[in-house]
Amino acid sequence: MPVLDVKDLSVTFGGLKAVNQFSLDMPKGGLIGLIGPNGAGKTTVFNLLTGVYKPNSGTMELEAENGQTVSLIGSEPWKIARLGMTRTFQNIRLFKRMTVLDNVKVSIHPGVKYNPFQAMLRLPVYRREEERIDQQAMELLELLGLQDKAEEMAASLPYGEQRKLEIARALGARPKILLLDEPAAGMNPQETKELTSLIRTIRDKLDITILLIEHDMSLVMSICERLLVLDYGTLIADGSPEEIRTNPQVIKAYLGEEVGGSC
Amino acid sequence: MNKQTKSKLLHAFWVQTIFIVVVYSVLSVLIGTGIFSKYTASILTTSSIYVIVALGLNLMTGMTGQLVLGHAGFMSIGAYGTAILLKAGLPMLLSMLLSASLAGLVGLLIGIPTLRLRGDYLAIVTLGFGEIIRVVIMNLEKLTGGAAGLMNIPGLSIKTASTEINTLLTFLWVSIFMILSILAVVHLLISSHGRAILSVRDDEIASEAMGINIFYTKLYVFVFSTFLAGIAGGLFATHYRYLNPDMFNYLKSVDFLIIVVFGGMGSITGTVAASFVLTILQEQLRFMKDYRLVIYPILLIMMMIFRPQGMLGTKELRLTRVFSRKWWRKNLARLKKGGRGNASA
Repeated sequence: MPVLDVKDLSVTFGGLKAVNQFSLDMPKGGLIGLIGPNGAGKTTVFNLLTGVYKPNSGTMELEAENGQTVSLIGSEPWKIARLGMTRTFQNIRLFKRMTVLDNVKVSIHPGVKYNPFQAMLRLPVYRREEERIDQQAMELLELLGLQDKAEEMAASLPYGEQRKLEIARALGARPKILLLDEPAAGMNPQETKELTSLIRTIRDKLDITILLIEHDMSLVMSICERLLVLDYGTLIADGSPEEIRTNPQVIKAYLGEEVGGSC
Repeated sequence: MNKQTKSKLLHAFWVQTIFIVVVYSVLSVLIGTGIFSKYTASILTTSSIYVIVALGLNLMTGMTGQLVLGHAGFMSIGAYGTAILLKAGLPMLLSMLLSASLAGLVGLLIGIPTLRLRGDYLAIVTLGFGEIIRVVIMNLEKLTGGAAGLMNIPGLSIKTASTEINTLLTFLWVSIFMILSILAVVHLLISSHGRAILSVRDDEIASEAMGINIFYTKLYVFVFSTFLAGIAGGLFATHYRYLNPDMFNYLKSVDFLIIVVFGGMGSITGTVAASFVLTILQEQLRFMKDYRLVIYPILLIMMMIFRPQGMLGTKELRLTRVFSRKWWRKNLARLKKGGRGNASA
């Protein structure tokens, strides 16, 4: 049974069909890439999945704890995050005036076992929970190799590390599904290489299903088991990296009419 | 938690406790013996009341990032409520808590529709509300005395004691609430809920994507903020023992916002310091008569030009830094070298 089952998702902005009949079934533990030319609607798909935009039609069903499924249609973003799907952002959206550690702690916040009132009174439960949150956040920073920068301000990190921090933060909510929006954008080849192995580690170690948008083909081709190609809001191909590489429609979408060899 | 942080926290706790006890003992002696006149004591009391309102406002505006322009209105609910209940013969603490809860309830009713929207709607709605409540108070003449005001509000006093002692009593009563409010706000902010609050300020979209219910967060902060304004209003009523609706016009709300901005949006110590500095400054400028209204704004403009982030920005003054051996060693060494001692480092 897929962790996430999306069928015929569509959204229009005015007269523009930004996403048209998008379907996706994500198997548990899968690592799927979503690619397509600029403006194809990839980030819009992410925004639909995470509840930022409301789809005009279609269904989205996420596997719940007890083997049942919950519909995500109409759910607010914070509910979807709590149900187990978190994301990173293409244009980095860290909490800039907070420390690296606190950024991660924010996503661990949902499910904290004390209310604001108990926090004001500083009951023992506060200390217990803070210790737990602290430990979890440090573990995540260590996984991403950011433990030495825990007390620095998020805005002061170099670009590549900000991207990593976004991943750490998205993992804090203990998601079942992680959506990565161009995780390698702006990284140099060395950093991209590290990131590639990191994404694999996250999938294997934490048992998380990953869907990623990426323009860096070396990354996509080397780690994704399956690729979806989006063009003008419509899914034009769905298959293994090998199939996608030689799919004439995909080549047409990226390079134009003249069909060359494999790229 | 390891031993080092534990001992650090303990150290901070004692430094703060001793500091507060020493400061308030000195002030008590000064006020109780009459060295500080009743007027001076009254300024300190008023400043302390403003600290409570400004803290609540900073929590909402500086920490959560939602502009509010009607805290004088919520304060007036607390003030009139307390005064009316006191006159009806209820005990002081109970009247204050009931009136502050009413202010919080009104905050809840205003917050539910407005906080769902993104943008500065809250500022406009609260500004309007502040004016509405003032007009309502003005017209409920039987209950509030209308424009003439409400007189002879019972204050905190012992009949047999001297004026100085009664002045001191009010000052300490207000100070207790101020310290409790500071503790509550600080404890909230350094908790997980505090981090959620700050994340809403920094990036609402990311915050929501991380599972933070931003509407609920804003709402309870706003209710708490208005509750604090109500508490301050109650203290205000028992301190002045006279109320009239014009004490709570929108300029008063702006005054509180000025305190928050001047101290630094997002700084607790900044708000506390600014409440005292600005209240005392306004009084000190009285010798200039009408020019006061020119000098005060000029000072504010200068502040915004040279230090737009306010006195402290989002930083906090830490007593432990000032009272740590390391700080003394560092600055003494610097002085010996002939360099300048840096008091803020």
